[in-house]
Amino acid sequence: MHSLRGRTAIVGAADTVVGKVPGLSATELCVDAALRALADAGIGKDEVDGLVTCQSMAEPHMYHAETIAEYLQIFPKYCVTANAGGGTTFSTIRNAAAAIAAGVCETVLISMADSLRSGLTRDRAMAMQSATGHPQFEIPYGPTVPAYYALLARAHMDRFGTTSEQFAAVAVSARNYASQRPGAQMTEVITVSDVLESRMIADPLHLLDCSLVSDGGAAVILTSVGNAGNFRTKPVYVLGMGEGHSHEHISQASDLTTSAAVQSGHEAYAMAGLTPADIDLAQIYDCFTPVVLIELEDLGFCEKGAGGAFVESGASSIGGELPMNTNGGLLSYCHPGNPGSMFGLTEAIYQLRGESGPRQVSGAETALVHGQGGIMSSHATLVLGQEQVL
Amino acid sequence: MSNREGKFLPSPQPATRPYWEACKRHELLFQECSQCGVRQFYPRTICASCSATELQWVQASGSGTVVSWTVVRHPVSPAYAADIPYVIALIELDEGPTMMAQIVDCDPESVNSGMPVEVCFEDWTEEISMPNFRARPNTGA
Repeated sequence: MHSLRGRTAIVGAADTVVGKVPGLSATELCVDAALRALADAGIGKDEVDGLVTCQSMAEPHMYHAETIAEYLQIFPKYCVTANAGGGTTFSTIRNAAAAIAAGVCETVLISMADSLRSGLTRDRAMAMQSATGHPQFEIPYGPTVPAYYALLARAHMDRFGTTSEQFAAVAVSARNYASQRPGAQMTEVITVSDVLESRMIADPLHLLDCSLVSDGGAAVILTSVGNAGNFRTKPVYVLGMGEGHSHEHISQASDLTTSAAVQSGHEAYAMAGLTPADIDLAQIYDCFTPVVLIELEDLGFCEKGAGGAFVESGASSIGGELPMNTNGGLLSYCHPGNPGSMFGLTEAIYQLRGESGPRQVSGAETALVHGQGGIMSSHATLVLGQEQVL
Repeated sequence: MSNREGKFLPSPQPATRPYWEACKRHELLFQECSQCGVRQFYPRTICASCSATELQWVQASGSGTVVSWTVVRHPVSPAYAADIPYVIALIELDEGPTMMAQIVDCDPESVNSGMPVEVCFEDWTEEISMPNFRARPNTGA
């Protein structure tokens, strides 16, 4: 098998308006994201021959990608719906890259959106996401999504002495970036005390340890390396991709504090020929603050158990060792559910194109984006780079 | 019986019916593989380790230890609101398998990892009794 290193590039990226967007349905947001990415790439809709979307909770379609294709009146020869979020987002990008490398298609539009804030009540959105639990052996007990993740947080505290202040430092870092990201859902700077004093949701997770419930969408355009020069944008190359899957239900996890991000990261670094020290910035899935610490450790940015100290030291801020979640992440930028990982991807593209304004990481040539889904269950990692890293 | 109106009621399947039948008798079962001896939870049609289909039902002592826990302060749905705050925990049974349950009959603030617990049952319907856990007096044995 040929390596997929550098075989594809992202030549278009765009976000819709995010946060509370009552004027657009989930379907309309997905179409809006698609049109914005096409405009960014400077191409017409007929220049894509592949389409990837994700399922919407607010406005589900059994044939989601086909519905979006029909709405846009495009007729792709590669058309796939990701049925979940988190890591599956980047799984579909790996699959699309493989399809392009195999000659199945040339240019794939990946557009994902949902309307959890305006299209569902908050309680309905929570209950739907809790359905990731086991219908007989977990859900009847009444766990919430924060509760599932709180079990991981508690285990990390018990095993490594991680503190609530260290979890809070992740939220503070994210908010600092969001305050410099125009259009972010939450832009008011917060302190560790603000996090600790926010309402307890599922001990040890406070309200501000939890990501947002949002409307929004984002899209990218992926094309073959040979075609990458034919767009108005500076191409960002896909250098490494990996996946890891360890369980679905948290009660079945063999280890609460180490995840399959170890496998996905290892595979992505190996393909890219890079190590964690070579990465200039990272966009790491932050549905809850403790998840970020586990991922930082498992992706090799710090020792196992040292994630809390790493973020507390300021390593994730601008000018730090590893600027992280530079748009504010799911904690402060937006989190519309299944499309969540896409915003980390588009932010990485903006950074590598040097378009991130006050939050720009100077000289950024490489970026890692990581998504996880289920309850720390399915992981996927992408390593991206500018042309000089190719 | 507790007020379970609107709660998510388990639907026993052929592979799990013996488990739920035992719960009605206030007995907690897990499975043990007749081929490789691995003990597992949740119940399924095959051994999760060697895929053998010969599995035995074994009655658990009901004793276990809290592996991790949380106190739910915002209910998953209105049906659980009356239970707030409630403790969701992962319990490692003395025999090895791990399961999720609530820790009941306790001050949520008193729960901690490593805490010894024992099974107890809450009758929800004629067909469903839910296994939960409560603090086990430490005999110092």
